[in-house]
Amino acid sequence: MVTETETCQVQLDVFEGPLDLLLHLIRTQELDIRDIPIARVTRQYLDYLQLMRDLNMTVAGEYLVMAATLIHIKSRMLLPEDDLSEPEPEEDPREELVRDLLQYEQFKKAAHLLHEKEILEQSSWTRGTNEFAEEEKEMVVVDLFDVVRAFHRIVNRYKDRILVEIDRDDVTLDGKIDEIRRLLQLEGEFFFSLFFKRGISRRHLVVALMALLELVRLGEIRLFQKGAFQDIRIVAC
Amino acid sequence: MLKDPLASQILAVLFVAKEPVSIPQLHQVFPETSSQDLSRLVREVAKEFNTVQDSVEIRQVAGGYRMNSHARHHETIRRYLKSRPSARLSLAALETLAVIAYKQPVTMPEIAEIRGVKGTSTIRTLLEKKLIEAQGRKKTVGRPILYGIGRQFLVHFGLNDLSELPTLAEFEEILSS
Repeated sequence: MVTETETCQVQLDVFEGPLDLLLHLIRTQELDIRDIPIARVTRQYLDYLQLMRDLNMTVAGEYLVMAATLIHIKSRMLLPEDDLSEPEPEEDPREELVRDLLQYEQFKKAAHLLHEKEILEQSSWTRGTNEFAEEEKEMVVVDLFDVVRAFHRIVNRYKDRILVEIDRDDVTLDGKIDEIRRLLQLEGEFFFSLFFKRGISRRHLVVALMALLELVRLGEIRLFQKGAFQDIRIVAC
Repeated sequence: MLKDPLASQILAVLFVAKEPVSIPQLHQVFPETSSQDLSRLVREVAKEFNTVQDSVEIRQVAGGYRMNSHARHHETIRRYLKSRPSARLSLAALETLAVIAYKQPVTMPEIAEIRGVKGTSTIRTLLEKKLIEAQGRKKTVGRPILYGIGRQFLVHFGLNDLSELPTLAEFEEILSS
């Protein structure tokens, strides 16, 4: 029997959303999904949100809505049953949540199956697709630090050329993200350095880097690099 | 060796084709032969072809027949093409596709409700890849766009049609067992 005081070991897995996180808490601890120990799970859930905040991660609104739902369910379960009203059998406050979780789990399984099919399908080639791999295929996937390093190099390259920086607040992150999306739609792909030639002001560079990182996070783009210190290629996912 | 001259010709067509060859397409090539006969013949061709060797297989994908290198040779082919494993779909994309495949036609709010998160950018990516497509609008408040799977879906996952996927009820069985 696990005690209520047991602390939750939160791993920094990436979750697809509040349902995913909740399901993870339930399944990894082998709890009964039809009889969720709501107090314990709620506390673990909130711990996780706190951890996300401590790490300066943005906690999406959906996570907060779920937190509120959990607390609401918990409070409803604490209330004594009303003998006077509601002659009909009382619904378990957790019922709707359990339904949502089970439904989500089905689709998660389905997604997993699709993933397996995808891997299998990518292991066979049809005629017509057998051109030799483009240059990009030989490139390696770069990590965050490679991007930052490449960014540094470009900033240094342009450092001397920036003579006057006129402070105009015309660059927004959203705008840059849209610009990159448009570029990708037009070009299909482009090189890191090429993109930065378009806006030489430091503000532009910083916002562009943030936009790239954001798009990587959203899974919309992928970055490739041939080797260390080489130009980075930006490709739509 | 295919004895039937028509079967032999069908195999040649399959060899040249870049996309899965459908029965109507074959019927255009062989207008004298009925669709039923062509359907039977192409099945026989595929069976025979797949029996005599295991390098290349003929498979039914997206309603047509297609020749592809056997999955067991993937490392060899990659070495020859000097290619790396290609980009795979993100978990968010796969989840969204799963919801659409089973619930289509379905609106974005309905998908968001099942997944517990909004996924506007995921939908956009899937539309661009033609894995999903807009299928009109729902006659409800706000007239939201209805999404269904796109023509690339079956090809991407190597499916002949959606019925090859287990039903949601079957997933439930797997889950409760």
